[in-house]
Amino acid sequence: MALLEAENITKVFGGLMAVNSVSLTVEKGSIVSVIGPNGAGKTTFFNVLTGIYKPDGGTITFDGESIVGLRPDQITQRGIARTFQNIRLFGNMTALENVMVGMHSRLRSGVWGAIFQTPATRTEEKRARQRARELLAFVGLERRMDELAKNLPYGDQRRLEIARALATQPKLILLDEPTAGMNPQETAEATELIRRLRDELGITVILIEHDMRVVMTISERITVLDYGSKIAEGKPEEIRTNPRVIEAYLGRGAVVEAQMG
Amino acid sequence: MSKSATLPQAIATQFNRGPLAYAALTLYVLVTSALLLANTRTSLLTDIIFVLFLFGLLLIYRARVVGGYKLALAAALLLGVLPYFGTQNAFYVELAIQAAIFVTLALGLNVVVGFAGLLDLGYVAFFAVGAYLWGVLSTPQIAQIAPGASPVSPSMFYLFLAVGLLVGTIFGILLGFPVLRLRGDYLAIVTLGLGEVIRVLAVNLDRPVNITNGSQGIKDIARPPLPEVLRAILPGLGDAQIYQIFIYLMALLVLGVTVLVVYRLKNSRIGRAWEAIREDDVAAVAMGIPIVRMKLLAFAVGASFAGAMGVLFAAKQQFINPPTFDLLRSIGILAMVILGGMGSIPGAMLGGALVTLLDLQLLPRIAMELSALKRQGIGIPDWFDPAQYQRALFGLLLILMMIFRPAGVLPDERRREELREGEAETSAEVEPAAQSRAASTS
Repeated sequence: MALLEAENITKVFGGLMAVNSVSLTVEKGSIVSVIGPNGAGKTTFFNVLTGIYKPDGGTITFDGESIVGLRPDQITQRGIARTFQNIRLFGNMTALENVMVGMHSRLRSGVWGAIFQTPATRTEEKRARQRARELLAFVGLERRMDELAKNLPYGDQRRLEIARALATQPKLILLDEPTAGMNPQETAEATELIRRLRDELGITVILIEHDMRVVMTISERITVLDYGSKIAEGKPEEIRTNPRVIEAYLGRGAVVEAQMG
Repeated sequence: MSKSATLPQAIATQFNRGPLAYAALTLYVLVTSALLLANTRTSLLTDIIFVLFLFGLLLIYRARVVGGYKLALAAALLLGVLPYFGTQNAFYVELAIQAAIFVTLALGLNVVVGFAGLLDLGYVAFFAVGAYLWGVLSTPQIAQIAPGASPVSPSMFYLFLAVGLLVGTIFGILLGFPVLRLRGDYLAIVTLGLGEVIRVLAVNLDRPVNITNGSQGIKDIARPPLPEVLRAILPGLGDAQIYQIFIYLMALLVLGVTVLVVYRLKNSRIGRAWEAIREDDVAAVAMGIPIVRMKLLAFAVGASFAGAMGVLFAAKQQFINPPTFDLLRSIGILAMVILGGMGSIPGAMLGGALVTLLDLQLLPRIAMELSALKRQGIGIPDWFDPAQYQRALFGLLLILMMIFRPAGVLPDERRREELREGEAETSAEVEPAAQSRAASTS
C-alpha cells in the first residue's frame, strides 16, 4: 500500500516553475531517494510535502488522507517528520531538550497541568525524558544529551536532527541531504543509521542526497528531478544508466561518451 | 574557569557554599536588618541601607544553602523585617509596593519577550485594562455607563483580582491575534501602536458614553476592606499605615503567584515550545508546534499578570488617569527585562526592583543631595540643575550596563551562552572546516 501519493505537484515562484507537475508514490516501508542537480526543486518539493509551501496544483495523499492545505505542524502530527539541508537545531537548547521539543505534538499536558504540576503532567514529563534518552541512544548520542546543540560536532548535529525528527513519532521521515559535508567514515555511519530507521523502527524514508554511493546503496527507488520536472524514476541500476539522468548531471557530451565507451 | 580563579574569586567561592555560607548569609541579613531598623528616618543613609537590605535577597538566592533555609530567610525579610520597618517609615513600604508591582510586570513581559522572543512595546496596555476595570466598576463612574447601576462592593476586590487576570488574558488574545503573524521589528511597531490605542481610548472614551472619564481620570477608587486580622496583629497603628502594609502583602502575594506560575511554565512542555520558537520558528513548526497558538498563549499569559496587577494598582493609587499608561511605561518595563537578563526569571525580578529603586528613590535622592550642596554654594556651577540630570544619569547607567554586561545582570544560563557566541565563533569555525575537508575528499 502506498503511504504517500503525491500527484502532479506544481509550485511556482513568480515566473519560475520550481516544481512542475511532479508525481511520487512511496510504498510503506521503503527507502526512496529524490536526486537532481542543484536547483532542481528537490527541497521545494520537500517543503510542499511538509506544508511549508502550499502547492499551486496537485494532490498529496498521506496514509489515506489528503494533507494539502494543512499547516506544517498538523502534517507533522499526521506522521511526517523532516530534517533540514542546513541543520536547523535549537542551538541554545541541550540535545535532550531538542528531542523533547520534537515530542511536543505527542504530549498532552497544557497550561493547567504545568502550573499545578498535576500527577499526570509529572508522569508525562518523566516518560518524555526517558523516551528522549532512548532516542538519543538510538542515534548514538546518549553521552552528549546535556550538551548544547550548537556545541556538538557537525556529524552529531545531523544525528541529533534525526533523533528530534524521530521524537515526533513519524510514519514517514524526509531527510534533506543527511550526509552533506560528512567525511567517508561519517557518511557510512549515517547511511547505516538511515537503514536502521527503516529496518528497526519501520519508518518509511524519503531522501534527498547528492552522494551517489549513498543513493545507490540504500534506495529502493530513485526519482530524478531537473529544472523542477521529473525526468526519470526507477530502480538504482535503471537510473545509473539512464541517458537523461547522465545528461542532466554531466551534460550531453557525457551521454555520447558513455554510449561510445 | 576554575583554572584562572583569582584570590577574590576563591574567597567568594568559599562564602558561596558550606558552613561559611550559612554564617555569612545569616550575618549579612542580621546586620542589614538591624541597621535598617536603627535608621528609620528617610535619608540617603537609609536609602543605601535599604538597597543593601534588598541586596540580601539576591544573596539568599545565589548562596548554596538548603532551599528551606533560603525560603525561611527570605520570608523573614519580606514578611517580618520589611513590614515592621514600614510601620516606622511609610516611604520605604511604598517603594517596596512599587517594586513588587513592577517586578510582576517585568516577569509578565519576560514571558512574551524573553521566553517566546516576541518584542512587545505596548505591554502597559494590559496593565491599563486591569486598572480601568477596577477603576470603573468600583466607583460611581459605572453609573455613567449603565444608569442606575451602583459600584460593586469593595469586598469584591479579591474576586476582581481574578477577573483582572481573566480580562488581561482576553485582551492579550484579542490584541495578539491580529499581530502575531508579524515578526521582529514589525511586531514591535504594531504592538507599540496597539498600546497607544488603549491609552488614547482611555483619553477619549468620555464621549458619547462616559466610560473612562477621559483625561481627568477616575478618582476615589475603592479599596478592599481592611482585614480585621491585620488590625489585631498591628495594634496601635493608624488605619492608613495598616492599609499600606496590607497592600504590600497583597502585592507580594500576586508577585509570589506570578513567580511560581512563570517558573513552572518555563520548565514545561510549553516553555520548551516557546524557547524553540524563539530559537528557530521554521524548525519549531516542523516539529509539530502550532506556533500561532503558542505565541498567543505567551501573549495571554504575559497579559494576565498585568491585568491582575492593574486591579491592585488601581486600588492602591485610588486614582488613575491615562498618562500613567503611556509608551514610556512600556519601555521602562522592557528596560527592566533587558537590564535583568532576557528570559531569566531572577533577572527580570532584579531588573524590576533595580529600575524601580533607581527611578523612585536613588536618583531623586542624589539630585536632592546635590541641590542641597548647591544651595550651600559648594562647587556646583549655577547652570547645573541636578534634578534635570536624573534621567541622563539613568540613561548613562543603562548604557554602561549594556557595555559591561550585555546579557543583563542575571542572565539566563543559556542566554549567556548565546551572547558569548561571538567569542565561540572562532572555535566554531573549526566545524565548517570539517565540511570542506569532506568535500575535498569526495
